[in-house]
Amino acid sequence: MKSAGGAALVAASGGLAMPALSQGASAKTLRFVPQANLANFDPIWGTQYVVRNAAALVWDTLYGVDEKLTPQRQMVESESVSPDGLVWTFTLRPGMKFHDGSPVLAKDAVQSLIRWSARDPMGLMLRAIQNELVAVDDRTFRWSLKKPYPKMLLALGKNNSPCSFIMPARIAETDPFKQITEYIGSGPMKFKKEEWVPGAKAVFEKFADYKPREEKASWLAGGKRMMVDRIEWIIMPDPATASAALQNGEVDWWENPISDLVPVLKKNRNIEVDIADPLGNIGAFRMNHLHPPFDNVKVRRAVLAAMNQEDYMRAIVGDDNNLWKPLPGFFTPGTPLYSEAGGEILKMRSLDAAKKLLQEAGYKGEPVTCVVAQDQPNTKAMGDVTADLLKKMGMTVDFVATDWGTTGARRAQKTPPGQGGWNMFHTWHAGADCLNPAPYTAIRGNADKAWFGWPNSPTVEKEVENWFEAKDVAAEKVVMDRLNKAALEDVIFAPTGFFLSYQAWRKNVTGVTKGPLPFFWGVSKA
Amino acid sequence: MFAFIVRRVIATIPVMAFVALFVFSLLYIAPGDPAVVIAGDQATPADVEKIRQGLGLDRPFLIRFGEWLFNILRGDLGISIFTSLPVTQLIAQRIEPTVSLMAVTLLLAISIAVPLGVMAAWKAGSWIDRFAMAFCVTGFSVPVFVVGYLLAYIFALQLDWLPVQGYTPLSRGLWPWFENLILPAITLGFVYIALIARITRASMLEVLQQDYVRTARSKGVGEMSILFLHALKNAAIPIVTVIGIGIALLIGGAVVTESVFAIPGLGRLTVDAILRRDYPVIQGLVLMFSFVYVLINLVVDLIYTLIDPRIRY
Repeated sequence: MKSAGGAALVAASGGLAMPALSQGASAKTLRFVPQANLANFDPIWGTQYVVRNAAALVWDTLYGVDEKLTPQRQMVESESVSPDGLVWTFTLRPGMKFHDGSPVLAKDAVQSLIRWSARDPMGLMLRAIQNELVAVDDRTFRWSLKKPYPKMLLALGKNNSPCSFIMPARIAETDPFKQITEYIGSGPMKFKKEEWVPGAKAVFEKFADYKPREEKASWLAGGKRMMVDRIEWIIMPDPATASAALQNGEVDWWENPISDLVPVLKKNRNIEVDIADPLGNIGAFRMNHLHPPFDNVKVRRAVLAAMNQEDYMRAIVGDDNNLWKPLPGFFTPGTPLYSEAGGEILKMRSLDAAKKLLQEAGYKGEPVTCVVAQDQPNTKAMGDVTADLLKKMGMTVDFVATDWGTTGARRAQKTPPGQGGWNMFHTWHAGADCLNPAPYTAIRGNADKAWFGWPNSPTVEKEVENWFEAKDVAAEKVVMDRLNKAALEDVIFAPTGFFLSYQAWRKNVTGVTKGPLPFFWGVSKA
Repeated sequence: MFAFIVRRVIATIPVMAFVALFVFSLLYIAPGDPAVVIAGDQATPADVEKIRQGLGLDRPFLIRFGEWLFNILRGDLGISIFTSLPVTQLIAQRIEPTVSLMAVTLLLAISIAVPLGVMAAWKAGSWIDRFAMAFCVTGFSVPVFVVGYLLAYIFALQLDWLPVQGYTPLSRGLWPWFENLILPAITLGFVYIALIARITRASMLEVLQQDYVRTARSKGVGEMSILFLHALKNAAIPIVTVIGIGIALLIGGAVVTESVFAIPGLGRLTVDAILRRDYPVIQGLVLMFSFVYVLINLVVDLIYTLIDPRIRY
């Protein structure tokens, strides 16, 4: 800060003033503006992305998915699986320590996996087929199953929330539906609980005893070498403030600049702007399969036939064509299992076809209760487009403008729309969650157990099962084509398109990579 | 006087009890569910229900209210649903930035608004008066966030004189503390200055018509003495009242100002808690704000006795 007045006042205030951080100390502190407030810090209890992103600094995982989407060993030194695929034995790397100085033992991994598996969809599947999960000795544990589970390493290394973070056993014994209060991991950074001001600041300090792997870092895999001593997460609810702070050099890295402010940041010669996560996001709106009119598949198909994804995407990202693409399917484009099978209906964009389907379905003008969270720019933008679309189709729209907290509570109601329920709500999914059916709860068609909207599609469920049993990528790909087609035929939900977002950082910061979460290892500050 | 203070303090108890019941009931019937926010977007309805049970949100209203009230009587405002930290700790973490912001704003506003209002009344109808009133209309009309962005753009981004955001505790030095508060205090003070200046002008205009002012002038008393020693003291009651009432305005304005300047104060804590439905935090904050407001009213009443010796309690 260049301020003569300031210098004078410092001098005048004499003994009251404390020296600011020296240049060297400042250079070792990375100031980061995250996407949201770190309101809690239990990555199993609270599954928000921001919690996972912070947790990846503090807790390590047994495996980590790399940029090729392949799980690699992380805390594990080696593993073996019995020829029948039923018994997995894992050996931990030697010499790993928790932040409290205690060694990382197999019993810690076992207890952590027990807690994680109570909350994670893949973990729940493993629980359902589990014989036993036990520590054999200090470094070895065994997981025996009733039937083979080919996706074991993906389950342990995936970056979807909740990740299977390893905690000391005494902490992992906490009920998975209650929050932990000690934040001790074995990851590359320690969490400074005493400096945590929820809603304002979270601080992480380099863990001196962390032993990174030898391999080059790649997403959650490889050697997590920290190049800074301290990372400060500064929560900024106002994007304009974050933008100004980045331009002014008060922060170093901003995770999610809104598209309106990106042109300003791009013009600044001290700032680098690039795509944040190549896996992007998938916009969506869900229709309630339990109540008219969307209990009729023809009405759901009518909506798909009429919609134009470009309208949705432009409403979200504006005119930047680099930030979106149409998505005639449900899975993340550019990834190995992406499929467009059955996607023709999303390319029709025909109001006439939609009206014909509505007529066939016997739609008689029943109101559609469309719940739209106005405090989330993405849902608001999509909600406005949908309301217009439904009206053009000749449907009666009951537009409920509300906030995300209310939407979240209302979407859980199974009662008819007139009694506190709903017909439609908008959301979006991180592309990293839509690579395959494992973490993708939104694609499931298991009726009462399905995600909000409760679609009942035995065909989709059969294909999800087939995918879990597929032995290789080729077999998975065949299944995924069938799954995508079935999900579109039954209209599990309506994908509104694929969109990306930017991240921005000061040019004195190097090593920032693209990925589904901000990876701090390898990032240095001049 | 002592008896009056005791009576007023005792009178706050039913007020606070009503506020407590009102806030608790309001949150109970308000839509939204913290368990949904905690569980995240991928959670199943069953997960949400288990979290709700874990938080005790499935229990009957009266049991929850009774427990909360009992804890308040012991000085325990509860535990935040999201952070698992005590509400008192969260408030303690945030109180310094907000108190600092309000104190600097108050100081700034009074020191600008009162002379401005006095001058406007003294030179009623002149360009000074018109300028002062135009300033007041602008202050009332321009939203706080617009003033904030404008100031940040000019003084932080363009001139690089002041920081855009953040708060530095006073323990780290007077200037670092003050530097972070200049822009937020001007932003927050803008409407407050307008309010106080208008009331000062109106009150002074009335007093300046009084006979004793004419007498003072005829005795040759200097204009500044008449304005600031004689007239202002007699015009002070409505000014002090509006300053007290205006503190509620400051609390509301602090919510926006703290967001615009990323100040980790009570205003932001309130907004965050409401958006997440963090019931214990909302209840604790509303209760605290109510108490502060009642206290301010008491202080204002006591100041009356200093200004006007005719007032006795």
